[in-house]
Amino acid sequence: MNYSIIRYILGWILTISSGLMMIPLGTGIFYQEKETAAFVITILVSCVIGIALTRKKPQNQVFHNREGFVTVALSWITLSLIGSIPFVISRTIPNPIDALFETVSGFTTTGASILSDVEVLPRCMLIWRSFTHWIGGMGVLVFILCILPLTGGYQMSLMKAESPGPSVSRLVPKVKSTAIILYQIYFVLTLLQIGLLLAGGLPIFDTLCTAFGTAGTGGFGVKNSSIGGYSVYIQVVTTVFMILFGVNFNIYFLIIMKKVKAALLVEELRYYFLVILVAILFISINVRGFFSSIGQTVQQVAFQVGSIITTTGFSTTDFDQWPTFSRTILVLLMFCGACAGSTGGGIKVSRFVMLAKTVKKEIQIYLHPNAVKKVKMDGKMISHEVVRATNIFLVVYIFIFTLSVLLVSIDNFDPTTNFTAVAATINNIGPGLSRVGPTCNFALFSPLSKLVLIFDMLAGRLEIMPLVILLVPNTWKKF
Amino acid sequence: MQIIIVGCGKVGKTLAEQLQEEANVDLTLIDISAESMQSVSENVDALMIEGNGASINTLREAGIDKADLLIAVTGSDELNLLCCLIAQKSGHCHTIARVRNPVYFHEVEFIRERLGLTMIINPELSAAQEISRLLRLPSAIKIDTFARRRIELLKFKVLPEFELNGLSVSELADRFHLDILVCGIENKDEVIIPGGNSLIHDGDMVSILATPENTSAFFRKIGLKARQVKNTLIVGGGTIAIYLAQELLAMNIDVKIIESNEKRCEMLSDLLPEATVIHGDGTNHRLLMEEGLALTESFIPMTDVDEENIFLSLYAKTRTKAKLIAKVNRMDSNEIIDSLDIGSVVYPKYVTADRILTYVRAMRNSYGSNVETLYHIMDGKAEALEFQIREESPALNKPLSTLKLKSNLLVGCLNRGGKIRIPRGQDSLKLGDTVVIVTTHRGLHDINDILA
Repeated sequence: MNYSIIRYILGWILTISSGLMMIPLGTGIFYQEKETAAFVITILVSCVIGIALTRKKPQNQVFHNREGFVTVALSWITLSLIGSIPFVISRTIPNPIDALFETVSGFTTTGASILSDVEVLPRCMLIWRSFTHWIGGMGVLVFILCILPLTGGYQMSLMKAESPGPSVSRLVPKVKSTAIILYQIYFVLTLLQIGLLLAGGLPIFDTLCTAFGTAGTGGFGVKNSSIGGYSVYIQVVTTVFMILFGVNFNIYFLIIMKKVKAALLVEELRYYFLVILVAILFISINVRGFFSSIGQTVQQVAFQVGSIITTTGFSTTDFDQWPTFSRTILVLLMFCGACAGSTGGGIKVSRFVMLAKTVKKEIQIYLHPNAVKKVKMDGKMISHEVVRATNIFLVVYIFIFTLSVLLVSIDNFDPTTNFTAVAATINNIGPGLSRVGPTCNFALFSPLSKLVLIFDMLAGRLEIMPLVILLVPNTWKKF
Repeated sequence: MQIIIVGCGKVGKTLAEQLQEEANVDLTLIDISAESMQSVSENVDALMIEGNGASINTLREAGIDKADLLIAVTGSDELNLLCCLIAQKSGHCHTIARVRNPVYFHEVEFIRERLGLTMIINPELSAAQEISRLLRLPSAIKIDTFARRRIELLKFKVLPEFELNGLSVSELADRFHLDILVCGIENKDEVIIPGGNSLIHDGDMVSILATPENTSAFFRKIGLKARQVKNTLIVGGGTIAIYLAQELLAMNIDVKIIESNEKRCEMLSDLLPEATVIHGDGTNHRLLMEEGLALTESFIPMTDVDEENIFLSLYAKTRTKAKLIAKVNRMDSNEIIDSLDIGSVVYPKYVTADRILTYVRAMRNSYGSNVETLYHIMDGKAEALEFQIREESPALNKPLSTLKLKSNLLVGCLNRGGKIRIPRGQDSLKLGDTVVIVTTHRGLHDINDILA
C-alpha cells in the first residue's frame, strides 16, 4: 500500500474542494448573507491542509488497483466531511450527523434531505447543496485526472473505481484526455439546460440550482414543492435533461464523432428508452383519473418516471398518493437506474441487460448441456470477468441492502418506509414512499439509521466495492 | 501524434512504454489476445483494442484514418506486412513492420519499396550488428555509432591498471592529446553527464565519444586491446546467431556454434558452411571446455532462456578471460544484471525500440532539424541523439560557451562537411552540421531543445 500517493491525492481533493466553495462564497457575498463567513473559514482550513499535504510530491508514484479503490473511497469521505462543515458552523444544520447526511446526499447525487423547510435556508447554502450534485455527478477524481500531471497506466484504476457501470472504456487513448472530454460534454449539456431554463423565465438563482441538480441527477430543489411550483415549460425541459443526463456519455462522444448510427445502435440506450416508454405508458393508464387532461397526465408521469429512473429525485406531484401498481413500478425503476457511464445511480440498465443475457444462456445450457454459447453485447463478447463481477456486484448489493433495511427497522417505522428509504439512498434517488415520500423528509430517523443511510448513499454512488474494500483489514497492510 | 502498435509482445510492450514518455503521443494498442494486453495496460496509458490487426474493422476501430504511424510487431512477419499494407490503403499513415525471418534478409529493401513501407525493422539483425561491433572492439562494453559509423559512443570500465583514478575529465584530455570527449560517468549511485571538473574513479563506467581511430588510439594508450577478436564461441543457434555468424565470417572471425537441436544444426551448417557447428547441449560445462571455452577470445551465450545465458556468462567468467556477451530477451535491463559484472549484455527489444523512437522523433519535426539517430545509453538513464541541422535556429552561429544550454546536456561531436571533431567553447554550430548531443533530458526532437 502506497500511503504517500494517497496522501498526495487527498491533499489535492482538499485544495480543489476549497476552490469549489468559491461558488457559494461568491453567491453569499452577492446576496450579502452573514452565513458566508462559514465558507471563508472552511476554504481557509481545507486550503491550508491541502497545500500542506501536496507540498511534497511522493517519490513512489506507483499506483495499483488497491490504491485506486482506497483513494477514491477516502476522497469521497473527505469531500463529504469538508463539505458539511459550512452547514454546521453557520448553524444552518447544527447537528453534525444531519449536516453530513445532507452533504453526502448532495455529493452522491441522492437528493434525500433532512430539512423540512428548505426555503428558509440562506442562498449560499442552497447553491452549495445543489452544486455538490454537479461535482458528484461526474466525479471529483475524474476532475482530478483532468488537471493532475500523473502519467502511466495506473490512472485507469482511479477512473474504474469512480465511474459507474460494469466496465469503463476510454474514449481516446489517454485517460487524461478521456476525462477532459467527459467534463466538456458535462459542461456543455449543463450550459444548454441553463440557457433553456433562463429562456423560460426562471430566475437565475433557481436556474443554476435546478440545472446543477439535474446535471448530477441529484434532486435537491430550492423550493419546498421541488419543481412542482414551476411552469410546465420548466418541468418539460427538466424532464428532457434528466433523461439526457441518464444516458451513457460515450453515446454523446460517438455523436460528436459523427457516428450517430453507431450511437443509436447501442443496446443499453435502446433498453433505457424502452423501459422509460413502457413505464410511462403503464403508469399513465393507471393514474388517468388523477389529472385533468391526457396531456397533463403524460407530462406529469413522464417527469416522475424520468426523475426516478435517472435517480434524480425531483418531483412535481406527490406520487405517494398514486395507486399501488404505479408506485410499485416507480420502486422497481429505482433499482433499474440509469445507463452505465452517466451521472445517474441505481444498478444500471447495462447490468440488467447483461444479467438477462446470462440467464438466457444458462437456460440454453439446461436444454443443450454441451452447447457453447457466449454472452454478447453490442456485437462484442463480454468477458467472463465482467459477467462474474456483475454477479458479485448484485450479490453484495442485495446483502448490503438487506442488512441496511434490518438496521433501519430498529426505528420501528412501517416496512414501506424502511424499504424505500434504503432503496432511495442506495440507488441515489432521494424520495421514497410513505413517510419518506416526496412531501416528507429523512429527519425522522435516528442517528444510527442516518449513518447507515449515509453509508448506503456512498456505497451506491461508488458502486459498493471501493467502500467494502475499506472495511477489509488486508487492504491496510503495507505488504 | 496518433500511433498504433499492433502486437503486444516483448517489443510491442517495450515500445509502448517508451513512446508514452514522449509528449503529445496518443497510443492505441491492438492485440489478438486480451490477456497479453491486460499485462501491458497496467503500466501503459493507451487505448487497448482486442482483434486482428490486419482486419480493416479492427484498424478502423483503432482510428486508422487519423493515425500518423502504424507499427506492426506481431510474431508473424507476414501478418506484420499485411497490417501495414491494409493500414496504408485505408489511411494516410506511415508504417513500420518487423520482418525477421532470414529468408527475407536479402529481399527486405525490395519488399519495403514495393509495398511502400516506411521502415522495416529486424531486431535480430540489429542485435547481431550490435554484437559484431562489440567483437570488433572487445574492450568496450557497449558501442553505439553515429554518422554512418564515423562517430562512436563507447562505454568501458575503468580498471586500476589504466592509472586514471582521480583524474578529472579535462586532465584526461590533456594527458592523451586525443580528440575524445567523456560524455558520461556511471558509478554505483548515479549517472553523471560530466563537466571538465568531474572526476573519474576506478570501477566507474565511462562513456566516450570520438571517431573510431581516436577511440582505438585511446584504448591502446591506456593499455586495452584495440583489435578485433580472432574467434568466437556461440551457444544457441537462433536467428540472431545466424545473422551474427554471417557478419563475423565476413570479418574473418572463426565461428563455432553449439546447438542442441539436430535439425537446427543441419540447417545451420547448410546456411553457414564456413562455421563449425557442434551438436550438443551448450549448458554442459564439459562440452564447453572440450570446445575450447578456456581458449576462445569471445563467448556469446544466446539460448532462448535469459537465465541460462546469464548463468553461462557467470560460469565463463571463472574459466576464461574472453570477451563475454550475453543476450537477454525477456527481462528488463536492471541493476541485478549489471551488478553481476558479466561483460556486455545485449537486449534486442531495446535495440528495436531505439530505432523506432528515432523515427518518431524525426517524424514530428520533418521540416526542421531532424533526429537522425537516437540511443538510450547508460542503462536508459540518458539519451544520445544525432541531429542534422537543416534550418536556422537561435542555437546556431554563436560560440557554444555563450549559449545557455540545459543542465546535464553535452554538445558532443560535430560533423562538418565530413570532418569530425569535438567542439570546444569557442566553436559554434552552423547550418548543415551534424551534431551529437548527450543528455539526461527526455524528448528532445529539435536542435532548439538544447537551449535552456
